[in-house]
Amino acid sequence: MPETAALSHHGQDRHDAHKLPWVNKYVFSIDHKVIGLQYLFTSMFFLLFGFMLIMLIRWQLAFPGKPIPLIGGLLSQALAPGGIITPEFYNALGAMHGTIMVFLGIVPMGVGAFGNYILPLQIGAPDMAFPRLNMMSYWLYVPGGLLMLASFFLPGGAAQSGWTSYPPLSIINPGQTVWLVGMLFLIFSSLFGAINFLVTGLNMRAPGMSLWRLPVFVWAQLVTSVLLLLAFPPLQAAAILQFMDRVAGTSFYIPEGLIVGGQALAASGGGQPILWQHLFWFLAHPEVYVLILPAMGIVAEIIANNTRKPLYGYKEIVYSMFFIGGMSFVVWAHHMFISGMSPALGNFFLVTTMIISVPSVAVLTCLVFSLKGGSIRFTTPMLFALAFLPLFGIGGLTGLPLGLTVTDIYLHDTYYVIGHFHYVVVTGTIIALMGGVYHWFPKWFGRKMNDAWGRVHFWTTAIFMNGIFFPMFIQGLAGAQRRLYDPTAQAHNIVTQPLNIVSSVSAWLLFLAQIPFLVNFFHSIFKCEKSEENPWRATTLEWACPSPPPHGNFDKTPHVYREPYDYSPEGYLSDWRPQHQEAGARP
Amino acid sequence: MNTHATTISGHNPEFATTGIPNGKLGIWLFLSSEVMLFATLFTSYIVFRTSAAAWPRGWDVLNVPLALVNTLVLISSSVTIVMAYAKTLERDQKGFRLFMGLTIALAFVFLGIKTFEYRSKFEHHHYPSSSIFYAVYFTTTGLHALHVIVGIIWNSWLWHAAAKEWDEWWFPGRIEYAGLYWHFVDIVWIFLFPALYLL
Repeated sequence: MPETAALSHHGQDRHDAHKLPWVNKYVFSIDHKVIGLQYLFTSMFFLLFGFMLIMLIRWQLAFPGKPIPLIGGLLSQALAPGGIITPEFYNALGAMHGTIMVFLGIVPMGVGAFGNYILPLQIGAPDMAFPRLNMMSYWLYVPGGLLMLASFFLPGGAAQSGWTSYPPLSIINPGQTVWLVGMLFLIFSSLFGAINFLVTGLNMRAPGMSLWRLPVFVWAQLVTSVLLLLAFPPLQAAAILQFMDRVAGTSFYIPEGLIVGGQALAASGGGQPILWQHLFWFLAHPEVYVLILPAMGIVAEIIANNTRKPLYGYKEIVYSMFFIGGMSFVVWAHHMFISGMSPALGNFFLVTTMIISVPSVAVLTCLVFSLKGGSIRFTTPMLFALAFLPLFGIGGLTGLPLGLTVTDIYLHDTYYVIGHFHYVVVTGTIIALMGGVYHWFPKWFGRKMNDAWGRVHFWTTAIFMNGIFFPMFIQGLAGAQRRLYDPTAQAHNIVTQPLNIVSSVSAWLLFLAQIPFLVNFFHSIFKCEKSEENPWRATTLEWACPSPPPHGNFDKTPHVYREPYDYSPEGYLSDWRPQHQEAGARP
Repeated sequence: MNTHATTISGHNPEFATTGIPNGKLGIWLFLSSEVMLFATLFTSYIVFRTSAAAWPRGWDVLNVPLALVNTLVLISSSVTIVMAYAKTLERDQKGFRLFMGLTIALAFVFLGIKTFEYRSKFEHHHYPSSSIFYAVYFTTTGLHALHVIVGIIWNSWLWHAAAKEWDEWWFPGRIEYAGLYWHFVDIVWIFLFPALYLL
């Protein structure tokens, strides 16, 4: 044991977990597993909170101008007089829904929670390369989140300019300064996390874990980290400029002679509002892949494990991820086709956008082909992984018309865009994250989640998610614009107004469908049947240590002998051969 | 402590699959993100400048001799931090303290001159809000000055930590990484100086 302890941590960070005071063990912990779970619980809270914000909006969209039943009276009179939300509050809800879901919910869960917990285990490392930096990432994320929450209660309220914060609106509107400060915290958190993941993934691999033996999940996290590392600083710079505009009176994003409310704005002018759009989307397009790549990684793990055969095209998947990562830096302006751009530039971004869809299709195709000839176990996580394939496919394919300049001019800023994006991120990423929770729950807590309730959760969730987002395609094609406070204000929207009710009712039902999940989740932590150490009979290294793993993870550093998904090897009695099992040994 | 793994390069062989120490890989990744941060600001500078109705000549409105002195100060500090690292490898703690101390002192000189420059601008009622030129000037140099302050804190901490951690295997590595960061801060100024003052 002393030898193991020496191996388990970097000199100065080494300590015996059992002697730590409570605060260092559970609050300011430097153990990647505790930090991973902290991220998990915090991001679950933010996902639910962001969902609640949009449920208020869904009422206004379905029944514009009617008071919200039940909870309408609980909202402050300033935000919702008589239970009817004001246009300002409506804008704040929309802006904060996007911000919270993307930056405080999905990324912290896909990268912060799953990455932190699983990546070091899958490469056979005792912890992250920089445990203290890891702790700092989490503790920068928390104040960033608290600032965003607090902004609802500050004078001026929360940011109201959309999660995209386009100037000059974002410079005139109240609430934006707190948003910018919060974003700076979140950006630092992500940057430090990305550095940590890359160093860990490249440098802390167990003996024998060559790059081509890394599980797809690890590759997905590494590519994601590169995107975070290189795409976030431009938004950081852009946010600093916007912050200066609001606080120091500069005019980076304020053009000459801007008239606001009939009066000339007192500013020197000479700025470029469109520069913000470029810088924002330079982050925010790679950010979309930050949202989807970890999900692809999770789905790949679950599919390989439950089809009991090696992934089809492991290298193709990894190369496709590299290609997605690289290309994602040169497609950003397809969000700006109608912002004012040279047609030649528009053509360039049209072409790059069509090109980047190819590797995404390649990954999806490999995952579908992985099913062929497998003896599939329909476990709860596998149901989520299987649902991911067609639903993410819909999300991806509906994006193509938005990448073509001609069709985008019509579809831009309609509900079609909202439908496309949410098919990618909700029925794609969130479905995969839910599957990941069921898959790795036994690893985290040493118990299995209830299977029957898991199936109830799966079917209701999958159906209601489609109920929310599918009508949006129809609305969008019919010309319904996004972000309208009162959708019936435009006569042509009245035809599709019943679809808003379908969407809204589905959203509320989706919320109800999460109750069995939450009860199951928290109940299973304490009560459900104890699971075996490797209940799924998985080959990757995270299952080579006890569940939950002790401080320092592995009793002795594992040695890796083979590629990650050696399921159904020929000439073996059992249908799996773990990565750390010596060649000669038969299970 | 893994004292058996002590090597002069600050490389703990047990945790480096690639052979590059964690800290070194980490600092280079961090610097790559810093490059993106300042590259964005320089890109914005080009956009603002090329689209501006009027852009003053740097030497007409800014103090070029002072900035030149500051450039020399920063370059000298880059030399002294390399000397501090060399002294660490030579196991000469006194020499390390001298050169690290000089690096920190030069950084303070830089900030002092910068403060003087800022103050004379304010005295002439030139603020970030005055024009897009001053907005760019104050924001970019201000962000650079923030990096200098971080460097001062980092280097001072190492100067202080030398007493306790001098013999640890990781100590020379820490000096190297601080040096890499300091060179980066220096290089940013080498770009800022001509872009704002000379072009």
